[in-house]
Amino acid sequence: MTISLFIEQILNGLQFGVMLFLMSAGLTLVFGVMGLINLAHGSFYMIGAFAAALFAELTGSFMIAMIASFVAALFAGALTELIIIRKIYKRDHLDQVLATFALILLFSEGIRWIFGAYPLYLDIPNSLSSSFNLPFEIIYSKYRMMIILVGIIIAIILYFLISKTLIGIRIKAGQNDREMIGALGVDVTKLYTIVFSLGAALAGLAGALIGAIQSVEVGMGEPVLILAFVVIVIGGIGSIKGAFVGALLVGITDTMGRFLLPSFFSYFFDNASATSIGSSIASMSIYILMATVLIFKPSGLYGGKND
Amino acid sequence: MSKNSILIVLLILIIGGGTYYYLDKQKKDDVVKVGMITTLSGGGSGLGIDVRDGFLLAVKDYKNIQVVVKDDQRKPDIAVQLADKMIQSDKVDVLTGIIWSNLAMAVVPAAVNQDIVYLSPNAGPSALAGKGCHKNYFNVAWQNDNLHEAAGGYANSAGYKNTFILAPNYPAGKDALTGYKRFFKGNLAGELYTKLGQKDYAAEIAQIRASGADSIFFFLPGGMGIGFMKQYAQSGIDLPVVGPAFSFDQGILKAVGDAALGVKNTSQWSKDLDNEANKKFVSEFKSTYGRLPSLYASQGYDTGMLLLSALGNSSISDKDGFRNALKVADFSSTRGKFKFASNQHPIQDIYVREVIKEGDILTNKIVSIGLKDRSNAYVDACSLK
Repeated sequence: MTISLFIEQILNGLQFGVMLFLMSAGLTLVFGVMGLINLAHGSFYMIGAFAAALFAELTGSFMIAMIASFVAALFAGALTELIIIRKIYKRDHLDQVLATFALILLFSEGIRWIFGAYPLYLDIPNSLSSSFNLPFEIIYSKYRMMIILVGIIIAIILYFLISKTLIGIRIKAGQNDREMIGALGVDVTKLYTIVFSLGAALAGLAGALIGAIQSVEVGMGEPVLILAFVVIVIGGIGSIKGAFVGALLVGITDTMGRFLLPSFFSYFFDNASATSIGSSIASMSIYILMATVLIFKPSGLYGGKND
Repeated sequence: MSKNSILIVLLILIIGGGTYYYLDKQKKDDVVKVGMITTLSGGGSGLGIDVRDGFLLAVKDYKNIQVVVKDDQRKPDIAVQLADKMIQSDKVDVLTGIIWSNLAMAVVPAAVNQDIVYLSPNAGPSALAGKGCHKNYFNVAWQNDNLHEAAGGYANSAGYKNTFILAPNYPAGKDALTGYKRFFKGNLAGELYTKLGQKDYAAEIAQIRASGADSIFFFLPGGMGIGFMKQYAQSGIDLPVVGPAFSFDQGILKAVGDAALGVKNTSQWSKDLDNEANKKFVSEFKSTYGRLPSLYASQGYDTGMLLLSALGNSSISDKDGFRNALKVADFSSTRGKFKFASNQHPIQDIYVREVIKEGDILTNKIVSIGLKDRSNAYVDACSLK
């Protein structure tokens, strides 16, 4: 194993991590601020990707496709909040799970009804389709580098939004005492709609960014949703900082596990069984990470803190 | 109304109902009930939809065949529930439809032991071909290893000496790499199992780059292959890629895009195979569904045609006769030549295809025959003769 391969894998882990962050930022706010378990968050990821594929086909512009993904998921989020989610804030978590699970089915089948069952085509722009040559003979995809940058920029924006602006203060206040800020004259319902749609829009953008290098298909959001839940449990529910740190931890653990464990086991077994055992354990690695974090910090890394 | 007349009315109802029931039962005896469990929603639904459409196209003119289609959502537990329900309450005679090997392993052994005939239109796990073979289990597609064996053979003839191979960590993935290695004579630059359903291959591609391989073989069906091919094309690695048809099939090519152009892949079927049955199938499929058929559609269609041929030569109530009629495989397959080996898996030619562009549409054309009259490696382990 060379240094360059190792660094390249770290970058891959980082890229996976910031993508997970875009997905979990909304999820953790919705869970933390409104106390809502939203299983349908993965559907906004899918809606973003499909909107991007549609607009890329219509306009041929990658930039417009990305904006379309953000806007489409924003609207889908706002509509869902206004029509359905609003009615279930006060209900039991089990009711919320049931209702948002139904939303997954509705969104998935709706998309399949409109676009068909086969994956759509969405490719990255030519200007980003090549690779960089970095020091230490590292070759890294420009597009993935761009994902890392976009993710970090959004993380910074969110950090300022939450800690420095009025709306951020209200969101934090809503997390602590929702009756009190209502009594102080803050329109809590409007605040909830904004937070929910913003979270959906970020998920939509993540779906479009990732759809371009993977595949745009029905049901693409659910596997990512599970990882996003792992991230917010590790980071602490309601904390944006926790989501960021958790996402990077999960991204790097998963990538490095997939990369290192099979070669680790090849010291003990023959190659075929080593890769098989290694990759089986690699797919457990993030859950082992989650369990370990929960043993020492039962409410997650940044849970219970006010940041 | 007097007491008597009420009695009479009741009597009429009883007799009438009884007769109706009797007649109804008579009618049912002539109807063959087929249960199709396949993936119709979520990821991988394109495969199930094609198998279903191909099968229904084959049997559409036969009123005595009743098909119950249900969606397994690619989940083994749901597939098992559906199979139980179809066997116990729908009383199906024949089961078919399963796409994924892990689902087939959950459903097939129990079903065939309840004397239900199972016709596999896709999955062909090695566990059901060797010791686990069964007189009620017929595979109409291939044994899982087959297309990969042909890929290994092709890699030899193309002069590759050092190949990097990867597949998902599930029964068909293991069969794939075993099949490839059975025929490939060169060295392995690396061997990887990825997670089933994984979409991002950055970590794997980085290892390929570092491995010094001269070629790549991968088996990543459905959306997994789309992700891999696109990311591979962007990585700037310029090694030749060989794979089975699953990642270069009609339904998927559009999403992969030009990244797939020129890739060699192995398949038992191709749209341009020159035989009457295939021409009829391709044109009927196009006119009925408005799209080009995939290899999954051809497998569904052949499954339907096999069933029709067996029903034409025997009756479903005579199980032994029906099985024998299936085993003869007296139907014209879209693949041309087709017959069953003693473990009831196909003996067929496997072709090497190349991805080309016909106008604006990406599709495949046959370049050579990879393996001629290929049976499978597990025939001897199976006790059926």
